[in-house]
Amino acid sequence: MAATIAAPDLEPALRRRPRPNLLPYALISPSVAVIAGVLAFPLGMLVWLSLQHYGLRELIAHQGDWVGLNNYRAILGDALFRQVLVRSILFTLACVALTLVFSTLIALLLLRLSRPIRIVLMSALVFVWATPVIVTVDIWQWMFDYEFGVINYLLTRLHLGNFVHHNWFDNPLQGFSVIVLIVVWGAIPFVTITLFAGLLQVPSDLIDAAKVDGANSWQAFRFVTAPILKPIFLIVLCLSTIWDFGVFNQIYVLLNQRPSSDYYTMAIYSYRESFGVTQYGLGAAIAVLLVLVLVVVTFFYVRQTLEVGEIAPTAA
Amino acid sequence: MIAPGTTQQGIRLARAETAAGARVGINLRARSGQVLFDALGVAISAVMLFPIYWMVATAFKPGRDILTLEPKWIPSPFTLQNFQDAISRPFFLEDVKNSLLVVGAMLAISLAAAFLAAVGVARFGFKGRTGFIIMIIGVQMVPLNALIIPLYLMLDKLGQTDALPGVIAVYVAVVLPFMVWTLRGFVANIPVELEEAAMLDGCTRLGAFLRITLPLVGPGLVATAVFGFIQAWNEYIIAYVLLSSPGNQTLTVWLASFTTNHGPEWGPLMAAATLTGLPVVAFFLIVQRYLAGGLTAGSVKG
Repeated sequence: MAATIAAPDLEPALRRRPRPNLLPYALISPSVAVIAGVLAFPLGMLVWLSLQHYGLRELIAHQGDWVGLNNYRAILGDALFRQVLVRSILFTLACVALTLVFSTLIALLLLRLSRPIRIVLMSALVFVWATPVIVTVDIWQWMFDYEFGVINYLLTRLHLGNFVHHNWFDNPLQGFSVIVLIVVWGAIPFVTITLFAGLLQVPSDLIDAAKVDGANSWQAFRFVTAPILKPIFLIVLCLSTIWDFGVFNQIYVLLNQRPSSDYYTMAIYSYRESFGVTQYGLGAAIAVLLVLVLVVVTFFYVRQTLEVGEIAPTAA
Repeated sequence: MIAPGTTQQGIRLARAETAAGARVGINLRARSGQVLFDALGVAISAVMLFPIYWMVATAFKPGRDILTLEPKWIPSPFTLQNFQDAISRPFFLEDVKNSLLVVGAMLAISLAAAFLAAVGVARFGFKGRTGFIIMIIGVQMVPLNALIIPLYLMLDKLGQTDALPGVIAVYVAVVLPFMVWTLRGFVANIPVELEEAAMLDGCTRLGAFLRITLPLVGPGLVATAVFGFIQAWNEYIIAYVLLSSPGNQTLTVWLASFTTNHGPEWGPLMAAATLTGLPVVAFFLIVQRYLAGGLTAGSVKG
C-alpha cells in the first residue's frame, strides 16, 4: 500500500490547499453581497416590475398585477415615447460628438502649451471637473436667467441679436442647446485629461518620423496619433454615451423640477411615469429599455477596459 | 508605488517637456506660434472657469448689485450677507449634518468591504476571479436612474423610505465597484516579496499584512475614500426620491430645491452653491493626480 506510506507527507499539503482557495472568496463576499443585494436584485426586480400593472393601489398593497408585455406594448405604441427616444438619441449624439471634438482639440493644445500656461489650463479643467453637478446647474440657471442673466447681456452687447428678456426655455430647441452646453462643459475636463494622459504616451519620435516623411500636422494626427489613441478614444466614447444617454439632473433641476413633456428624455420620462403619475410598471418598462440600450454600449466598454487594464494577479 | 500611473506620468510629462523644447529650438517661427497657442490656452481657461467665477462673485455681491441690467464684473462692495442668509435658511444645518452622516457611514462600510475584495483580487488567483472583475467593471455602468423605481419600492416595503440607512446602503453599492477597482491597483503595486520577507523574519501572514501591506496602501485608501466622499456628497436623484421630508434630506437636495421654494434669490443661492462645492473642490484638488493616470495606465505601449 504505497498510498498509506506516502500519506503522512502528502497530508499537510492537502490540508493546506483548501485554505488559500477559500480565503479569496471570503474576501470578496461582502462586496458581492452588497452588489447583489443593492444593484443586481433591484435590476431583476425592475424587469419583473415592467411586467406588472403597479399603480398607487398596488403600491399600498405591495402587490402588483401581472400584465405580461402590456406595458411594453403601451409604450412602444405611444407617440410621445417614440418622440422621447429620438430626442434622447439626438441629444446623446450631440453631447458625445461635441465633447469628443472639443476635448481632443484641447488635449492636443495642452501638448503645445508652454509649461505655466499648461498648468493654468489644467487647473481650470480640474476646477470645473470638481464642481458638483447640482452646483453647476444652479450656476448656469443664473447665467441664463432671462432678466438679469449675464449671457443675455453679453450676447446683446456683442450685437449677436436682441436678447433682452430672452427666455431660452420657451423654445425646446434653444433649451436643449443650453442643456447640451452645460453637459459638454461639464464633460470636457474628464475626457480632455484622459486623452491628454494618453497623448503623452504617444512616442514623439514616431510623429517626428512621420513629419520627416512629409506628413503635415493633420496627417500625423490622423495616421499616427489617432490609431495609437484608439483604445482610449473607445473608452471615453462608451463612458460619454452611457452618461449622456442617462442625463437627468441637468434637465430636471434646470427646469425647476417641473420639465414640460417637450424636455422629456428617457430618464425623465421614466421618472415622470413612475413617481409623477404613479405608474411604476410603465416607468419600469421605460427604464428596462434604457438599460437595454446601454448594455450594448457597456459590453464594448467592459471588453475594452479588460484589454487595457492589467488584470493579472501579482501572486497566484 | 504610491498610485497607478503617477510615476509613469512624471516621466511622460518630462518627455513632453523635452519634446516641446526641441521643437521650439529647431524653428524660430515656432516662437510666434507658441504665443498664439498660449493665448488660446488662456482664453479656453477663462471660458471654462467663468461660470465658477461668476458663482463666487455673485455670492459676495450685495443684493442690489446682483439684479442689475448691466452686470457688475467684480464684487465691490463686498459682503458676507448672502452666506449668512443661506446658512440661516431652514434645514440647511440639518441637511449638512445628514450629508456628513450619510457620507461617513457609507465610507466606513464601503472602504472595509472594498479593501478586502481588492486584496482578494490583487493577491489571489481563484476560479471566478475574471467573472468578479467583469462584474465590478460592468456594474459601474448600470444607470442609477433606472434602478430608482425598484429601490424605492424595496425600501418602501421595508419601511425605510425617508430614512438615511436606505440611502447609505445604496451609496455603498454605488461606490463599491469603483473602490474595489482602484484599490486593486494600489494593492497590486506593492511587491508581494515585501510580505514574504516579513514572513521569513517570523511574522505571521496576518502580521505581515497588517505591518507591511496596510501602511503602504494607506495613500490608496485615502484617495479612494476621497472619491467615495465626492460621489456621495454630490449625489442627487437617489436622495431626492428616497428622502421626502426636508429635515431628512441631504445638501444637494436642499440646494436643488432652493429656487423652487423661495423664488430665484440668486445671491443666497450662489452662496449656498459655493458652500456645497467647497469641500468637494478642496478634496478633489488633493487627489486628482491619482485619477488622471489610473484609467489609461499601461494602455498605450510607447
